[in-house]
Amino acid sequence: MRFVSFLLNNRLTIAPERFMKDPDLKPVPFSELPEIEPQPLNSAYKFDEKLKQLLFGKMLLLDEIPFSLEEIHEHYENGYLGYIAGIMKTKYGWKCNRCGNEKDRLFASFSCFRCKNEKCVYCRNCIMMGRVSMCTPLLSWTGPKVKWDSENELVWQGELSAGQQVASDRFVESVGKRGELLIWAVCGAGKTEVLFKGIEKALKMGLRVCIATPRTDVVLELTPRLKAVFPNTVIACYYGGSEEREIPAQLVITTTHQLYRFKHAFNVMVVDEVDAFPYSYDQTLQHAVSCAVQHEHLFIYLSATPSRKMKKAVKQGQLSCVKIPIRFHGFPLPEPKMVWSGEWKKRLERRKLPPAFVAWIKEQAASRRRAMIFVSSVSIIEKVTTIIQKHVDVSVDFVHAEDPLRKQKVEQFRQGEIQLLVTTTILERGVTVPFLDVAVLGADHEVFTESALVQMAGRAGRSKDDHIGQVLFFHYGKSLSMLSAIHHIREMNKEAKL
Amino acid sequence: MSYCLFCHVSYTDTWSWASLLGLSSAPLLCQPCERKLTLIQGDICRICGRSFSLFPEEYRQGDCCYDCIRWEEDEEWKGVLQQNRSLYVYNDFLKEVIAKIKYRGDAELIKAFYPVAHTNMKSISQNAVIVPIPLSNERQYERGFNQAELFALSMNRNVNLLLNRKTHEEKQSKKTRNERMEKKNNPFVVEEPSKVNGKRIVLVDDVYTTGTTLRYAAKVLIEAKAKNVSSITLAR
Repeated sequence: MRFVSFLLNNRLTIAPERFMKDPDLKPVPFSELPEIEPQPLNSAYKFDEKLKQLLFGKMLLLDEIPFSLEEIHEHYENGYLGYIAGIMKTKYGWKCNRCGNEKDRLFASFSCFRCKNEKCVYCRNCIMMGRVSMCTPLLSWTGPKVKWDSENELVWQGELSAGQQVASDRFVESVGKRGELLIWAVCGAGKTEVLFKGIEKALKMGLRVCIATPRTDVVLELTPRLKAVFPNTVIACYYGGSEEREIPAQLVITTTHQLYRFKHAFNVMVVDEVDAFPYSYDQTLQHAVSCAVQHEHLFIYLSATPSRKMKKAVKQGQLSCVKIPIRFHGFPLPEPKMVWSGEWKKRLERRKLPPAFVAWIKEQAASRRRAMIFVSSVSIIEKVTTIIQKHVDVSVDFVHAEDPLRKQKVEQFRQGEIQLLVTTTILERGVTVPFLDVAVLGADHEVFTESALVQMAGRAGRSKDDHIGQVLFFHYGKSLSMLSAIHHIREMNKEAKL
Repeated sequence: MSYCLFCHVSYTDTWSWASLLGLSSAPLLCQPCERKLTLIQGDICRICGRSFSLFPEEYRQGDCCYDCIRWEEDEEWKGVLQQNRSLYVYNDFLKEVIAKIKYRGDAELIKAFYPVAHTNMKSISQNAVIVPIPLSNERQYERGFNQAELFALSMNRNVNLLLNRKTHEEKQSKKTRNERMEKKNNPFVVEEPSKVNGKRIVLVDDVYTTGTTLRYAAKVLIEAKAKNVSSITLAR
């Protein structure tokens, strides 16, 4: 859209082109406007409550706001709403003010019908949330804040394990202060319950809380649990396609990607699985997290396998950390066993599996226990599955990230309709199935990093009734990652005994 | 090293003599994404250019599909659209790609198909007047661009915006075939009839679904004395 700028009462003001019929004013794309100051707040103005609820703590495109341009602009003129340029020129190129992207290859331009600019630059990084281009401003609320209800009782009867209690206390203690806290909890420690008390305290203090996780599955799983324990709190969940977007909730559960839409919103930000793809890898997501918090904020990081950088920061005392080395059921983590299985790659080319692996799979089939078999890539997944099917009589299937039947197959596996599930690293996190063993075929492959192996091993023995799952690494030469993963698990078990 | 225009993953281009000599070309996508596309090849309907291998044999009569026969039996529409040729099958992946271009507004992504459109459609697009299917003003403002116009640029830098779309109708993709065919008023108008008179016109659009939109556009061009009208689309 094109805007005009002019002086009004000695203050630089802007307006959409179609509101000003003055032929002397030259309309330009939004990004070419001179820097504008916010308008002074007119306290006599009767602002729209709905617009406030929609826009508070957010940064949205005009297309995302179901109000007319007249209404929106009136709020700007009275100081209740601010316009920010979507795309900004930098010393080296461009920057997207929504997602923080500065990579040249993720910008493109097109001949724009809206601003009549032959080269209207837009950001391709966050395009899935609607286009931010040179002529699209981002809108935020600059009027009075939303007031939260103080009725935020936690309704939960459960009990915390000793390890959970320590972490929960540390979280409660940190609420109200600014800073960072890493909760380093082994797979199956029960991270969600650890958060309850701290969230309650924050909500009662009138603080706004966000739980950000990389995956939609987790958002969908967490939301009903939190709604159940905080029945009086307004809770909203955000993920691609979610519908609760217009509620100004005090507690927000969101995928990391949706944080692009928030700005200066939260006082307490819980980042789940900080070490996981894509958060650890995508700098714009880290930017989104840092933009979504208010000036005074507390970060809580959750992880079972913190990155080397984080561990170093903990060691040097730059990052406070609390460990939960033991699972909620009090039993140690199953230690992986390494099984040498020769040149598994070459055998696979001849459509064969290593004898040690075949022996195990037959035993496993006879034992009637479920097993997850991790392989290094999608390209071999079908082959491995068909060979296994030749050896055993039980139900065997495979699942990978782009499998259209992914949800269904995981559910079947949970129900026990599939006994052996061949998969890639997508199921390494978050899936909890009782009576499960884990095998990694070709554990020496480079895709299996230390954290991936720890996470996979963490699938086994998660329930109280079956805490001794088997974890096997089939390999052709021990890799450093395998050794560090086993070391990691041993250390955690050792610490748990102290 | 290039980056996939759809999924942004880096990839290395495959090398071949044919591509070096300009005889074949690939979309600007990584190999896993490219593999999800199905190029339309082999036995196709003489008129609409759809691949016969993808639908039941009973809908085929000779070298035509049943849909085209229905069009050709209708006196009003007979021969209006000489032929249509499409690059790819409109499968789930291509639907996703086109949705990203149109509804998310990723204009750059259409360029992924430039090399393939340029080589594969050369024989049809050469020496013809290229006319993209226009959008209504409202729709074009909403999107900021016209995807058909951007796609047309792959074949010829000299794209002629000779058509205008009058009304702001409901989106085509939300209608059934009958609803589309029943449309009484033709939404298209020829802007400069003098440039159409006696010319061979090639219409360009993103998707050929029922062929109604293209035929409506072809109709006004024929009425403006175009010699003949054919069409090229990205998906069929």
